[in-house]
Amino acid sequence: MIRLSIPLRQALARLSLPIMIAVAFGVMLLGKADNLLVERLRTTLSDALAPIYGAISQPVNAVEDAIAEIQSLGTLRSDNARLREENERLRRWHAAALSLEAENTLLRRQLGFVPEAAPNFHAARVVADGGGTYARAVLLSIPPQHGIRKGQVALDERGFVGRVTEVGARSARVLLATDMNSRVPVTLEGSRARAVMAGTNGARPRLAHWPEGVIPQEGERVVTSAQANAFPAGLPVGVVRRSAQGNLEVELFARLDNLEMVRLFDFGLSGILPPEAVARPEPRAPRR
Amino acid sequence: MSANAPLRAPPPGRPEPPQDLARRLEALLRLVFPLISTALVLILAATPTGLPALAFALAMPAIGFWTVFRPAGMAPPIVFLLGLLLDLLTMAPLGVHIIALLALHGVAMRLRFWLARQGFVMVWLCFCLGALAATLLAWGLTAILLLALPPWQPIFHTLLLSAGLYPMIATLLSRAHEAMRRAENLP
Repeated sequence: MIRLSIPLRQALARLSLPIMIAVAFGVMLLGKADNLLVERLRTTLSDALAPIYGAISQPVNAVEDAIAEIQSLGTLRSDNARLREENERLRRWHAAALSLEAENTLLRRQLGFVPEAAPNFHAARVVADGGGTYARAVLLSIPPQHGIRKGQVALDERGFVGRVTEVGARSARVLLATDMNSRVPVTLEGSRARAVMAGTNGARPRLAHWPEGVIPQEGERVVTSAQANAFPAGLPVGVVRRSAQGNLEVELFARLDNLEMVRLFDFGLSGILPPEAVARPEPRAPRR
Repeated sequence: MSANAPLRAPPPGRPEPPQDLARRLEALLRLVFPLISTALVLILAATPTGLPALAFALAMPAIGFWTVFRPAGMAPPIVFLLGLLLDLLTMAPLGVHIIALLALHGVAMRLRFWLARQGFVMVWLCFCLGALAATLLAWGLTAILLLALPPWQPIFHTLLLSAGLYPMIATLLSRAHEAMRRAENLP
């Protein structure tokens, strides 16, 4: 150990706080200037922690499942009545869907329509709420040999969740649609008007920039739009709701507060990616 | 009578006991215990709990406690490392939590001798004030770095969690602190 004289050591101890604060401001500037470095640091850390989170999330999930089980026992009766009614309604819709499907095949045959290939996807487990106080994101655990790229679209079993923003060797981060930095081009299904869904860090993203003359209706379905070539058209997103203040918001189909598995779809789109991703383009992995 | 005194000077003329490897290792472990334990708690707090403010709320009591009662184990570089870990774990703009935690540490360091003489409730109140200042600082820095106003609800979440968890954390940590002090005073 290096032996220092006592006054020198005292001076060092007194100086270390100002030095550290100065270094912290340096780090802050560095983080603002070089997003790529910060992203790489975060990815390295998440790669190292993903197996630990995977191990921890199992007992946590078990406890949550047990609690949900007990709660569901309490509402069994009312659920049953509701489901019976819903079943009745769905049966009617089923008949309607079958007739529409038959009509659709007929029309397609007349048009010579070439169907799009089904996109391939990876299912991934959510291992941590990677978001913080001011961010909405989740960390996924993925197998080491994967074909996951930035910009891929994440869906849960109900609808749109978000986009992949960081990919490491064993983990990936998905920026949720509710994050402040999330902007998703959408189409209102009733009026076919285009709009932008902007996250606010709250539970419901806000609807913005719809064309003049169109008023989004409460309860109207919202789907993704193929504009800007970032998303395929028609992925289910949510329905339009009016907030207490009168703002138009989107109630998402996906249950973002309780995500366990998501599917990452590769639509092969190369639309708008965050600036740091453009600086380092990632070519699509060749198909084997 | 002198045998009961907690801090006993070695009798004059007897050499200090030699510092063998096991003893040195133990001292080193005691030195890094605050860092390791706090880092582990932060990592665990980032698991899916539905409470995004939890990690920051847990970091403040630990750093406040160790700064006042065991400053050797919570030096500014250690606070810096913990802040960096918190920033990387929570996706906050880099540096926000480092500065907030360093500020809390600096204030606690300055008031350390006065705080150590106060009762528990007084220390708790002072901690709440410090946590309020640190949370507001983090919020302000985030606003400057994002060039947008972040939501204000997380301030309350962090503050309430932190103030509410402080007594529990302080009890646990003071147990650990007492145990370490007993081990240090062994002949």
